Amino acid sequence: MTLYGYRLPAMSSLILWGLLWEAIGQMEVSFFVPPLSEVIVTLFEVVQTSAFQKALWETAYAFLAGVFFSIVIGIPTGILMGKNRLIDELLLPWVNIFLSVPLTALVPVLMVLFGFGMTSIIITTTLFAIWIIILNARVGVMQINRSLVDMARSFGASPWDAFVKIYFWAALPEILGGVRIGIIRAVKGVIIGQLLISIVGFGALFELYSNNFLMSHFWAVLLVLFALAFSISELLAMLERRVAYYAAKR
Amino acid sequence: MTDQSQRTLATAASQGRPPLTKPARRDFFGRLTPALVKHRPLVLKLVSAAVVFGAWEIAGRIPVSYAFPTFIESMAALWSMTVDGSLFVAYGETLKPLVVGILISTFIGVAVGMWIGLAKWADWLFSPIFIVMQAAPLAALIPLLVMIYGIGLTSKVFVVCIMAMPVIVLNTAGAVRNTPSSFIEMGQSFLASRAEVIGKIILPAASPVIFSGLRLGVSAGFIGAILAELKITPTGVGDIISYSRSVADYASMYAAIFSIIVLAVVFLNLLERIELTLFEGNARGYASD
Amino acid sequence: MAMPQTKPAPVATTDIAVSARSVSKTYGETEALRDMTIEFPRGQLTSLLGPSGCGKTTLLKIIAGLLEPNSGTIEVNGKPVTGPGEDRAFVFQDFALLPWASVMRNVAFGLELRGVAKSEREAIAAKYIADVGLKGFEKSFPHELSGGMRQRVGLARALSVNADVLLMDEPFSAVDEQTRRKFQEDLLSLVQNENKTFIFVTHSIEEAVYVSDQIALLLPRPSRVSEIIRPSGLRMKDVDNIRRDPEYLDTVDRIWALLRSYVE
Repeated sequence: MTLYGYRLPAMSSLILWGLLWEAIGQMEVSFFVPPLSEVIVTLFEVVQTSAFQKALWETAYAFLAGVFFSIVIGIPTGILMGKNRLIDELLLPWVNIFLSVPLTALVPVLMVLFGFGMTSIIITTTLFAIWIIILNARVGVMQINRSLVDMARSFGASPWDAFVKIYFWAALPEILGGVRIGIIRAVKGVIIGQLLISIVGFGALFELYSNNFLMSHFWAVLLVLFALAFSISELLAMLERRVAYYAAKR
Repeated sequence: MTDQSQRTLATAASQGRPPLTKPARRDFFGRLTPALVKHRPLVLKLVSAAVVFGAWEIAGRIPVSYAFPTFIESMAALWSMTVDGSLFVAYGETLKPLVVGILISTFIGVAVGMWIGLAKWADWLFSPIFIVMQAAPLAALIPLLVMIYGIGLTSKVFVVCIMAMPVIVLNTAGAVRNTPSSFIEMGQSFLASRAEVIGKIILPAASPVIFSGLRLGVSAGFIGAILAELKITPTGVGDIISYSRSVADYASMYAAIFSIIVLAVVFLNLLERIELTLFEGNARGYASD
Repeated sequence: MAMPQTKPAPVATTDIAVSARSVSKTYGETEALRDMTIEFPRGQLTSLLGPSGCGKTTLLKIIAGLLEPNSGTIEVNGKPVTGPGEDRAFVFQDFALLPWASVMRNVAFGLELRGVAKSEREAIAAKYIADVGLKGFEKSFPHELSGGMRQRVGLARALSVNADVLLMDEPFSAVDEQTRRKFQEDLLSLVQNENKTFIFVTHSIEEAVYVSDQIALLLPRPSRVSEIIRPSGLRMKDVDNIRRDPEYLDTVDRIWALLRSYVE
């Protein structure tokens, strides 16, 4: 978008939307929409409260644990599926199913099996993230250029060498793409888990604020959460672009 | 010219494609198993299902947890729910916000996505909102929606919409933007009007990616619909899950969850059918070069 | 076989179908064309030949009306060009076939956009599909065809709208060498049989000399028409003998000598 020959930065329209929010808030159109300025003031109060910091810590812990498990389990599974036809054919239907079914329905099961605590939330997060990581690692391995595989064999590389020095790197752009989408899904998963098991983390905080009609508190936490999620996704996209430079040239 | 092109086709058939007669496969005992080979994908799907359901059955019999019924118990519960009709009543409830929400998201989402893809200023104005929505855990808005719209159908439709819309909008916009420029130039050089370029070239060219966005949107909408039923008010299938959990009828609870997963898979396959009916060329693969 | 060099120059007797007058085009800072003037005689094939970056495709797209020049005018049959028109048809380097449409619909697509009724346009398309040698492939889809066959579809589509001027943007660069030679032979008979004006962009010297009545040699930085070459004796030769003809070989050498200093 250019205005009078000047190129507007990509996300600059958010400023416009922020102003619109402020205007709607100032006009007191709805009790539920306080002005943006008020929300931002509240934001600085909220982030200093121990309740917020506890929620943030619990969320970060569940999130990181979930991402860790989904990467550590997901990538090797995906690579194995890409290399072994039998394993692939046995697992692929299930991966495809779990990629697109409403995993929210599984949370009640996790609650009765693993209790109303951290374990259930970590498993929820893992379940949200892992399937796309598996699928992308699989695709990454399967699309490795045939001549790269032949090159490895013609130079007599051992299977392990070929794997560590060639296959992993050749599949890296796809693997990282999967990890990025997986992490974005994990953010959603950790929040959904907390909302349903609403005694920990931000789930508890939202419950508290909405029961007491603390609107600007509620929006402040939402804003922090959305900003964090967006930063994570942009950061990962940036990292991915640094690796993707060779993806196009394979 | 004619025999030249037929020759080209003949060589492509003899060189480019693998020979039609594969060497016969043998099973573990060295016997030829033509029937098994022919239906290998189906057989493996069945084997894989048998393994998983078998493991479920065994885990239920041990039992690994007091709250882990066997596969057979769950299927029996599913059967009795189907027979007495309570499952259909429940899905009548569940599908209402889901279908309404997905229809709204599809029409608004594709329209907004086309607009973003075609007009630079719409891209500047609206894209950031949907990009943030795509990355953000929108489920966090549910308590707010409940405060504003109460616990009725409106809230649930809203939940489905906010979950499904961003991916539909962003996929549509990206697909429209990425229409090969030579397609559009071709249309222009044959004097196509703007409407014809959009309707006959851009839309069909973008349709595979739009539909993959719809599939993702429907899947996110499902998450939203179930989340709404579990979080806002227990109705429909969410009610079966919550109620049977509270009375410790775990077989019914697992049966309900199983049925949701089956329904989601069926729903997504249905969408694929719709795509193939509307844009039959999409199944034919693409000449990429 | 006689008088290869003394054949009267046809340019005096033919009129001009397309002319470009002092056409300039810049993309931001980059100057693609500067003050380009060139004429294309009716019923003949003119090649725009030059190294990459000399603006040959830009000029072709300006003639097609797909790009607007910053200054200068294009005239087709004496009328100034303001956009794409029915008098011109374009053949694309990457074929620009609709992957979701059958060969029949692709060939008839230009007529479809002109509002020709279905039965009529399919009858016309069927004729041109047969003309380019694809009879029997009407119901096939582009991905089922080889590269050469795809370009035949693109050619049939351009022919079916019966435009006076055919604009071809490196049409054979994406097909293999054998198919390409066959195409070049077919193109020669096409120029002879159809009374159309062909403007042909290529970067292959041999191809340009083989198929052209007139070669416009374009040079970059700043882009300009450096020379107009008319291989006058070649058109009377049998297609099989052109590549052995001394004039063919001399012309190829001469063009290479002119271009070699512009190749990185």
